Amino acid sequence: MTDTPAYHVPGMVPTGPKLITGRFDQVDGFTYEGYVNTGGYTALRRALTEMTPAQVHDEVRTSEMQGRGGAGFPAGTKWGFLPAGVFPRYLVINGDESEPGTYKDRLLMERDPHQLIEGVLIAAYAIGAAQAFLYVRGEMALAQERLVLALKDAYANNLVGRNILGTDFSVDITLTWGAGAYIVGEETALIESLEGERGMPRLKPPYFPAAKGLYMQPTIVNNVETLANVPWIINHGGQEFHDIGAPTSTGMRIFAVSGHVNSPGVFEVPNGVTTFRMLFEAPEYCGGIRNGSSVKAFIPGGASAMWFFPEHLDMALDKPTVDQAGSMLGSGAIVVMDETTDMVAACWRIVRFFSRESCGKCTPCREGTTWLERILKRILDGHGRPEDLDTLLEVCESISPGIAWPPRQTTICPLGPSAVSPIASAVRKFRHEFEHYVQFGRPIEGVHQHAIHGSVAHV
Amino acid sequence: MSRLNDANLAVAKETIARYPRVKSALIPVLHLAQEQDGYVSTEAMAHIAELMGLTPAEVYGTASFYEMFKFEPVGRYCINVCTNISCQLVGGWELLEHAEEALGIKAGSTTPDQMFTLEDVECIAACTEAPALQVNYRYRNKVTPAQFDAMITALRAGELVDEFPPHGTLSRIRQGLPENWADTGRTAQAEVDAR
Ligand SMILES: Cc1cc2nc3c(=O)[nH]c(=O)nc-3n(C[C@H](O)[C@H](O)[C@H](O)COP(=O)(O)O)c2cc1C
Ligand code: SF4
Ligand code: FES
Repeated sequence: MTDTPAYHVPGMVPTGPKLITGRFDQVDGFTYEGYVNTGGYTALRRALTEMTPAQVHDEVRTSEMQGRGGAGFPAGTKWGFLPAGVFPRYLVINGDESEPGTYKDRLLMERDPHQLIEGVLIAAYAIGAAQAFLYVRGEMALAQERLVLALKDAYANNLVGRNILGTDFSVDITLTWGAGAYIVGEETALIESLEGERGMPRLKPPYFPAAKGLYMQPTIVNNVETLANVPWIINHGGQEFHDIGAPTSTGMRIFAVSGHVNSPGVFEVPNGVTTFRMLFEAPEYCGGIRNGSSVKAFIPGGASAMWFFPEHLDMALDKPTVDQAGSMLGSGAIVVMDETTDMVAACWRIVRFFSRESCGKCTPCREGTTWLERILKRILDGHGRPEDLDTLLEVCESISPGIAWPPRQTTICPLGPSAVSPIASAVRKFRHEFEHYVQFGRPIEGVHQHAIHGSVAHV
Repeated sequence: MSRLNDANLAVAKETIARYPRVKSALIPVLHLAQEQDGYVSTEAMAHIAELMGLTPAEVYGTASFYEMFKFEPVGRYCINVCTNISCQLVGGWELLEHAEEALGIKAGSTTPDQMFTLEDVECIAACTEAPALQVNYRYRNKVTPAQFDAMITALRAGELVDEFPPHGTLSRIRQGLPENWADTGRTAQAEVDAR
């Protein structure tokens, strides 16, 4: 699939079909006028006046669009899990974007808030939601402000609320935001947070949100990018969406490519594109690796994912291919590490993230991630012990038996096993770097040593 | 260190009306308290408990889970430097080290004049703009040491107030309760809850 065209958004070379990033470069793309003048809210009108909820659902099912929040579950199938005849039901939009490396939902909310609102309204119509809750990450002040403004304008123009566009369909959208906790991105934790509780995941089963979600009522949780695609699907039809990208991962997808590339960026590309193409082949995207270096490793789907290596650059980025190779597309976050990367430091930083963000509900995750972080920091500080590598893997084993992918869980949610990914990847491939640290107290020749200091304090 | 003032009390009531159940409004109302005082005071939490029919312990129980809520005064400007993986790869730690030297404090503390609080934070979703930081939850991208210093000088001189409202202020526009609010969620949920 290397000859598939890829498209870079925002800021550079705006060519080709843009399903959901088309307004990113438009100065007034976030305003009501800017949206309506470029075809905004036509899909909503069409859905409400020409289609039944079942027909809308069918189009989304036909598109086979996979969710963009991490797990990649087809949206149309998920909507179909709602138990028939149980009301009220709710729609919850996950805008908590905080997986390290991920940068797309914030752009969608800041630069095209009406597109998201339109997608939310159409989805609410299809599933018969009594109310929709747009949960934005607490730290995203501009996204919140833009969405407040957009929602006010949408209400004022009879697009949300009572008798939308003069039809008998009514639904409210409540904007709400969190207050800083990565784990709240997990859908059942998000629901807890939306109920005013501490954001800890619920035990699954029985609490699959489609059956028992918000207030124990049927609830659909979808990611921001997922719902932002819905207006396009209604305007063009599910089949046309299905024709884009790879047959096993349909449509376009937003990738954020960060790290050691010459021009990091956010690109809307067809599913199935290769990493090689984004990094090297299409100069308008990443423009190669900085300083003429080469790829040592890259993370394909956010900090939770297993790492990939140069031999994976040519792999098509579609769900089954990446799954089979032992990682995941996750949240569309590609982090590139060049030859100068200190793999022990990279590994430690990601593990520290998970240890900080563990909600503490299950012991293997709470205790395990803390140990892992401490051992890695000790190695990094030059006080590593010969037995540390084995201890690391033993702790990994207790969090994620077999250290396989997808992980066999001993925990309530996948956060614990996520902390194992960087260790399993780095120790497997760069064991000598860890051993060198343990033996000499410093990284191998030629890698960059960071100015990491001891402080992990928080106010 | 006060209860919600009258204006904010009205905003809090309007906020509660947007949810099917009262407690769902807790986090937004806590943000309101933080916006008023720059942090969430004990008095404000007691007031919120009273308003929402909760105990102060329930309010604190939720609030204390979330990183953004501060229970002691912090600087007028909270500077959050990201050191997570994408930022670490291109100089996040070096930026944090520079910030510590420039402000004369360690990450996790506040300058004696209560102007700045510095924190080392997790990914802020600006990974392609690394190294990135936030000042009161507004972004600065690809920050160099010189840009950092210029920003601090400007903030000390009382500039950039439009870009960076005081700590605690998130959206400067209120949602309110729109005229054609349908109230279907609250109505339907109230029926279920009454059973
Ligand atoms: C630890 C953890 C963090 C998550 N964070 C997010 C997030 O920030 N945003 C998101 O949309 N999904 C996140 N998810 C996935 C959600 O649980 C859920 O699958 C997703 O929101 C469903 O939307 P989709 O089907 O449209 O992808 C996270 C999952 C886990 C386990
Ligand atoms: S795995 Fe970790 S984050 Fe997930 S529920 Fe258990 S303790 Fe919490
Ligand atoms: S890693 Fe720094 S913003 Fe994402």
